[in-house]
Amino acid sequence: MRQRQFETVHEREWQEFEKFLDQPKKPPFDPAEMPLRYRRICQGLALASDRHYSPELVDRLNQLALRGHHALYRNRRRQSQRVLEFLAAGFPALVRREWRLVAAAAALFFGPLLGLIAVLQAFPEFVHYLLAPEQIANFHAMYDPANRRLGTREADSSLMMFGFYIWNNVRIGFQTFAGGLAAGVGSIWFLGANGIVIGAVAGYLTQIGYTETFWSFVAGHSSLELLAIVLSGAAGLRLGLAVIAPGNLTRRAALVAAARPAVRMMYGAALMFFAAAFVEAFWSPLTEIPFRFKIAAGVAGWMLLLGYFLLAGRARATR
Amino acid sequence: MLDTTRRVATPEGIELTLRLAGPVPRALAWAIDFALRAAAVFAMMMVALPLGHAGTGLALIAAFFAEWLLPAWFEASWQGQTPGKRALGLAVLNDDGTPVRWPAALTRNLLRAVDFLPLMYGVGLAAMLANRDFKRLGDLAAGTVVVYQSEKNLQERKFPDAQPIAPPFHLDLEEQRAVLELAERSASLTRERLEELAELPGPLVGRLGGAHAAAHLIGMANYLLGRK
Repeated sequence: MRQRQFETVHEREWQEFEKFLDQPKKPPFDPAEMPLRYRRICQGLALASDRHYSPELVDRLNQLALRGHHALYRNRRRQSQRVLEFLAAGFPALVRREWRLVAAAAALFFGPLLGLIAVLQAFPEFVHYLLAPEQIANFHAMYDPANRRLGTREADSSLMMFGFYIWNNVRIGFQTFAGGLAAGVGSIWFLGANGIVIGAVAGYLTQIGYTETFWSFVAGHSSLELLAIVLSGAAGLRLGLAVIAPGNLTRRAALVAAARPAVRMMYGAALMFFAAAFVEAFWSPLTEIPFRFKIAAGVAGWMLLLGYFLLAGRARATR
Repeated sequence: MLDTTRRVATPEGIELTLRLAGPVPRALAWAIDFALRAAAVFAMMMVALPLGHAGTGLALIAAFFAEWLLPAWFEASWQGQTPGKRALGLAVLNDDGTPVRWPAALTRNLLRAVDFLPLMYGVGLAAMLANRDFKRLGDLAAGTVVVYQSEKNLQERKFPDAQPIAPPFHLDLEEQRAVLELAERSASLTRERLEELAELPGPLVGRLGGAHAAAHLIGMANYLLGRK
């Protein structure tokens, strides 16, 4: 078949397909025919390039096929449903599946944190190796038992602190994750450094007797925020591991394969950071609520969150 | 023929050709996005700051979303384009040529934090130059490529008209393309360069020299295009 014949036979069909792609709202044919028509375009492209028709025609068909490909393979599933599914089952199941990395990240983070709290009770002056004098003075001011609001300077509004916690804490989480790409080094660094600073502050303030103010401030959001950092680190380590030990895959393929679960874990971690910022801004600074009640709420938060990660979605996973 | 294309096989058994975008258009697209983001955050601050501390909080939340999530949102819902990419006719696609979705868009935008190091995308640029698909690290992990948006490149070939001349033997698609592209670019080349290039394909132009060889090839291009 000569090119001109080929064009006259198919021109109408190509134009209709073009119109369909330009205005999917007013389709010139039943949208159910789309896959069939797309396959005919593909067939036309294969024929045209095999028969060495003019490059202009081949380009045009390539264009049509490419746009048809995009239109056909676009995802139209409802996002809201997937979010609920993810929270109810996918996220905790993912954390359990990656439990080794989560445990490693937790050790890197909670190790220095808890270790420093213990060390600073016995050797309080050690804090000066870790924090600058201005930082220490700042923490003094924030957790002074005479404050009406905890963890902030007197005049700051809750909404401002909410914005600050989102801007700052979620960024730290994202950096902890992204740093994992450098063979895991960035994640390990951010996990360790944050563990050290938080441990130093907690240990120091406990030792000087600001126990009630400090612990009643951090109790509420501690579970969400600290576990979110750990999960960000675990997601980063997942990337780092793919770079260091790709196994039977090429490094690039291993990285692509690792990025999928890692980013899913980051969805969850980011949501936890948002929730933590909300609690930290609107609940944690309150002094109207008794110390014991705030601690109890904090412990309940830890139990709930650990229970969620250990148990939620198991039925669905085994089904 | 061009080395910045990527061929993708689809489930329908055909190959699609994607035209990859290099560092310069991508840097320009990024600069446009950055300026828009900065303007948006600045406008937000102008509105919010008079509200006092609460306004500062809102401005910080806006800055966070503009920096981390807005580009990914654009790419996921605007067929792989941010405003800057749209201005330059670029788009992000998955490696297999399908449009990006949330996971891939978010992966490449979160890993921006690494590509940005040590300053102004040093790591990203090094990574782009080290692989043939111009991928920065975020693209490598997400399995995405940045390509020229297809619709824009299909313009009529502006051609010098000439009496069609049949080639002395059958040309395959790539050879046809070379002839057509020479004719297409003849207007933008200097006369000397055009004649120099036209003398190269000996089997086609034989011993014709300079201007004659060029006219001969342009005639063949007209023939190949179907002007008979």
